[in-house]
Amino acid sequence: MSTPVRDVDVDPGELSTQPAPVEPPRGGPLAHLRNAWRRLTSMRTALVLLFLLALASVPGSLLPQRPLNPIKVDQYIADHPQLSRVLDAAGFFDVFAAPWFAAIYLLLFVSLVGCVVPRLKQHALAMLRPPPIVPRRLDRLPMSDSYPASGTPTEVAAAATRALRGWRTVTRTEDDGTVTVAAEKGYLRETGNLIFHFALVLLLGGIAVGRLLGYQGTVLITEEDPGICNAAPLYDSFRPGRLVDGSGLAEFCIDRLDDYTTTYEADGTPAEFRADITYSAGADGAPTQYPLRVNSPLRVEGLRVYLVSHGFAPQFTIRTPDGTEVRDVSAPFLPLDGALLSEGAVKLLDTVDPQLALFGLFAPTAARSEDGTIRSLDSRPNLPAVAVEVYRGDLGLDSGAPQSVYAIDQRQVTNGALKVVANVLLTKQSPTVRLDDGTTITYEGYREWATLQVNHDPGQTVVLWAAGAIVLGLLLSLSVRRRRLFLRITPASTAPGGSVDNSAPVDDGSPPDPDGRTVVAVGGLARTDAGSYDTEFARVVERLRDTSELRKD
Amino acid sequence: MPVDASLATLSDQLFAWAIVVYSIALICYCGEYAFGRRGRVASTSPERALVTVGAGSTTGSTGTSAGAPAEPAPGRRRQADRFGRVAVAATALGLVIELASLTTRGLATDRWPWGNMMEFAAVVGAVGVLTFLGVLVKQPQVRYLGMFVLLPVVVLLFLGGTVLYSEPAPLVPALRSYWITIHVTTIAIGTGIFLVSSVATLLYLVRRRWELAVEAGRTPTRFPVTLGSRMPTTEVLDRMAYRTAAFGFPIYTFAIISGAIWAEAAWGRYWGWDPKETWAFITWVVYAAYLHARATAGWRGTAAARVNLIAFGTMVFNFFIVNMVVSGLHSYAGLT
Ligand code: HEM
Repeated sequence: MSTPVRDVDVDPGELSTQPAPVEPPRGGPLAHLRNAWRRLTSMRTALVLLFLLALASVPGSLLPQRPLNPIKVDQYIADHPQLSRVLDAAGFFDVFAAPWFAAIYLLLFVSLVGCVVPRLKQHALAMLRPPPIVPRRLDRLPMSDSYPASGTPTEVAAAATRALRGWRTVTRTEDDGTVTVAAEKGYLRETGNLIFHFALVLLLGGIAVGRLLGYQGTVLITEEDPGICNAAPLYDSFRPGRLVDGSGLAEFCIDRLDDYTTTYEADGTPAEFRADITYSAGADGAPTQYPLRVNSPLRVEGLRVYLVSHGFAPQFTIRTPDGTEVRDVSAPFLPLDGALLSEGAVKLLDTVDPQLALFGLFAPTAARSEDGTIRSLDSRPNLPAVAVEVYRGDLGLDSGAPQSVYAIDQRQVTNGALKVVANVLLTKQSPTVRLDDGTTITYEGYREWATLQVNHDPGQTVVLWAAGAIVLGLLLSLSVRRRRLFLRITPASTAPGGSVDNSAPVDDGSPPDPDGRTVVAVGGLARTDAGSYDTEFARVVERLRDTSELRKD
Repeated sequence: MPVDASLATLSDQLFAWAIVVYSIALICYCGEYAFGRRGRVASTSPERALVTVGAGSTTGSTGTSAGAPAEPAPGRRRQADRFGRVAVAATALGLVIELASLTTRGLATDRWPWGNMMEFAAVVGAVGVLTFLGVLVKQPQVRYLGMFVLLPVVVLLFLGGTVLYSEPAPLVPALRSYWITIHVTTIAIGTGIFLVSSVATLLYLVRRRWELAVEAGRTPTRFPVTLGSRMPTTEVLDRMAYRTAAFGFPIYTFAIISGAIWAEAAWGRYWGWDPKETWAFITWVVYAAYLHARATAGWRGTAAARVNLIAFGTMVFNFFIVNMVVSGLHSYAGLT
C-alpha cells in the first residue's frame, strides 16, 4: 500500500538495494566465504553497523574519557572502584581508541567498499547503456498520459527527441511499426551517492594519516624568557602519532613571548586574548612576529601554533644578610579558577644557602574569604597579591625523585628537611617579608605567561577535501531525482480501433484514436523518491504535445 | 561592546508576543481540525490507497463507503477553512515577530543573535515554522497539521523564555569567529527542519496504526490512534518526513563540518570527541541510518520511521541534556 515507487521497476541487479539473496552455503569453504562477504556488504548489515557505531559512541560521551580529562577519569575510578575495573579493562575510558570501536567502524568501511565498488561499475555501465526497453503498458506506470499526433511515428519520435533536451534518449522501432522513445535523466543522483560514499573512505584515510604521522607539543612560555624549538624533548608535553619517533620534525622555533595581553569588555568579561610571539621557521629562520589570538592560529611550515591558556608568574627579589641579592625570580602559577586565582612554587636552589622556596596563591584581584584564605574576584590584575608559605632547608631535588615544579615535595617537609619559616600575604603596598635570619623577600610584581600548542597533522587537508566532497555528494544524491520517460508512438493503422489492421496487438493501453491518427502514449517513472516529478511530467507532456501539434502545420 | 538595554527589553517583549501569536495560530489550527473533514486531505493525495470516511462518523466502517466519503455540512467546511486561513496568517505573523525579536537581540548585543541556548531555541523554532510554511506551498492540503508543528515550537519557545532564558550578553572570545555564525546557523536550520520531519514521522506512525486497525475491520478507539482518521495518508506523511529529512541532512552535515573547521581554529583540532561533538556525530549517524533504512527492504515504513524519531531524540538529548548536564569544552567554550 505504501510501496515506494522504486519497487515498481527493478532491472535485476541494477541499483537494487535489496540485500543479495543469502543462499544456504553449498560446497566448500569458498562458498561460505562468498556468502559471508555478501552478507557483510548488504544494506542490512550496513544499517546494523551504523546503529552499532552510534550506540558505541554513547559511553564515550557519558563516561569521563582519558584523552579529554584524565583527572576526571581518576576521580571516577576512585568513586566507583568495582565497576571501573571492568570498564577500564574494556576500554570504556577511551572509547574512541578502543578495539571494539575500531572493529565496528572498520567493518562498516569494509562493508562500504564492498558495497560501493560494484555499484561504481554498475553506474559506469548504466551511463554507457541506453535507457531500457519501453514497457508495453504505459498506463500502468505511476504517471501516464496520451495524445494524438500528426505525422508518422518516426517523425513524431524525432520531434519528441529534439524536445527532450537534457534527457538521454533512445528510439527503437518495433516489429509492428510502433516507435518507442525511452528517455532517462538524473544520473547525477547515483554519481553523487558514489562520491559521498567514497569521500567517507577518503575522510577515514585522512584521519588515519593524521593519527599516524601527526604530533602535538605543548609549551608554557613566560614573557621575556627564552622560547623553544620544535623538538620532542623541549616541549612540556609531547604527543606523537603512532609512527612519529620525535626526530626530523619541521624546522621551527618560538623565539620569545614578547607580550601577553587580555583585553576586557566594560563589564569585565574578557574580549580578546592575545600573545605576541616572535618565531623563526624554515631553513633561513628569519625572526618574524605574529599576534596569536584565539581563533587565529599561526600556520607555518605545516605546523599550527595555538594560544591555549594564560596566567601569571609573580616575581620576587630575595636578599640575604650576607649581601647576596637574587633579582626577579619567578615561576608560572597555574590558574585554579575563572578569576585566575593561581597556585605555584618558586624555588631557589643554588643561589642561596640553605635553599628557599615560596609556595602559594596569586590573585590578580585579591580579597579575603571568610576563612581567611585569599581568593580572586576578577581575572583582571586590579589588586594583585600573593599569599606565600616560605620554606627553608633541602628541597630534595638531589634525590633524583621527580617532583612538580608547581609544588613543594611534601616528603621533605614530613622528614624535617624542609621547614615553613613564614606565611604571609604580599601586596604592592606591603611587598616585603623579613625572615628570622634577616633574609628579605620582596614581591616585585608579575609577568604573564601563555601556553602554546604546536600541532602537526598531515592528514588534515585531505580530511577537509573529503568533507567538501561529502557535502557535494549528498547534495547531488539527495536533490537530483533519477527519472524515466517513455513514449510509445503507435501509427494510425495499428492503433486499436483503427480501421485497417485487426491483427495488431490489442489492448496495449493506448486509447484508440477516433480519427485514426498517430497516438502517443507517455509514461513516467521515478526511480527513487519521486519528488515533484509529477508536475515535471505534466510539463514535459505539454511540451511534447505542442511540438507534435506544430508539426501539423 | 555594551548591551543596549532598551533594545534588549524590546526583544524580550517581542519574544513573548511571538509565543502569544503562535498560540493563537495553534488554537486556530485546532479549530480547523475540529471542524474539518478527514476525507479531503486523504483524497487529494495522489495515491488513493485507502478509502477514507467522512468526519464526525466515528462509527463509519471503511470498506463499504467506497467513493462516498461523508462530507461535513458546507457551513462547517467554510468554518474550518476560515480557521485554517487565520491560522496560517497568525503563523506567518508570529514568525515575523519572532524574527524581529531575534533581530533586536542581535542589534542589542551587536552580534548574531544565536549565542546561547535561548537564542538557539528561538532560531530552531523559527526555522521549524518556516519549513512548515515551505511544505505548505507544495502541499497545501496538510495545512491543519500546523497544529502539530506549532505545538513543539510553542513549547520550545516557552522553555527558551523561561528555563533557558539568559540576558542578552556579548560572547566569550572563543565564540567570536564567523565560523560560529555559519556553524550555529546551519545547526539551527538543520534542527528546525528535522523538527518538522519528526512531527511528520510521529503522525505517520499514528496514521499507520489507524490504517492497520481499519484494514483489520476494527474501529480505533484509543487516543492517539483515533487522530489517524483525520490525517493524510501514510504516503503523504512518509514523503513529507523523508523530504524534510533529506533536505535537512546535507545542511546538518555541513553544519558539523563548519563546526570542525571552527574547532580547528579555536581549539587546535578539528575533532576531539567532546560530548557535544560526540552527540552531533551520533545524530548524524542515526539520520544516515534513517536514509539507509528508507532504501532497505524490510526497513521501510514503520521501522525507518522509528529510526527517524530516534535520530531526532539524539538531537534533543544533545541540546538539553548535554548542554545542561554533561560538561565539555562547548559548555565554557575556550580560554578562561
Ligand atoms: C560509513 C558508513 C555509511 C554512511 C555514513 C552512509 C550514509 C548514507 C547516506 C546519508 C545515504 C543517503 C544519501 C545518498 O543517497 O547519498 C546513503 C545512501 C546509500 N548507501 Fe550508504 N552509508 C554508509 C555505508 C554504506 C554501505 C556499507 C552500503 C552498502 C551496503 C551503503 C549503501 C548505500 C546505498 C545503496 C544508498 C542509496 C540509497 C538510495 O538509493 O536512496 N552505504 N548512505
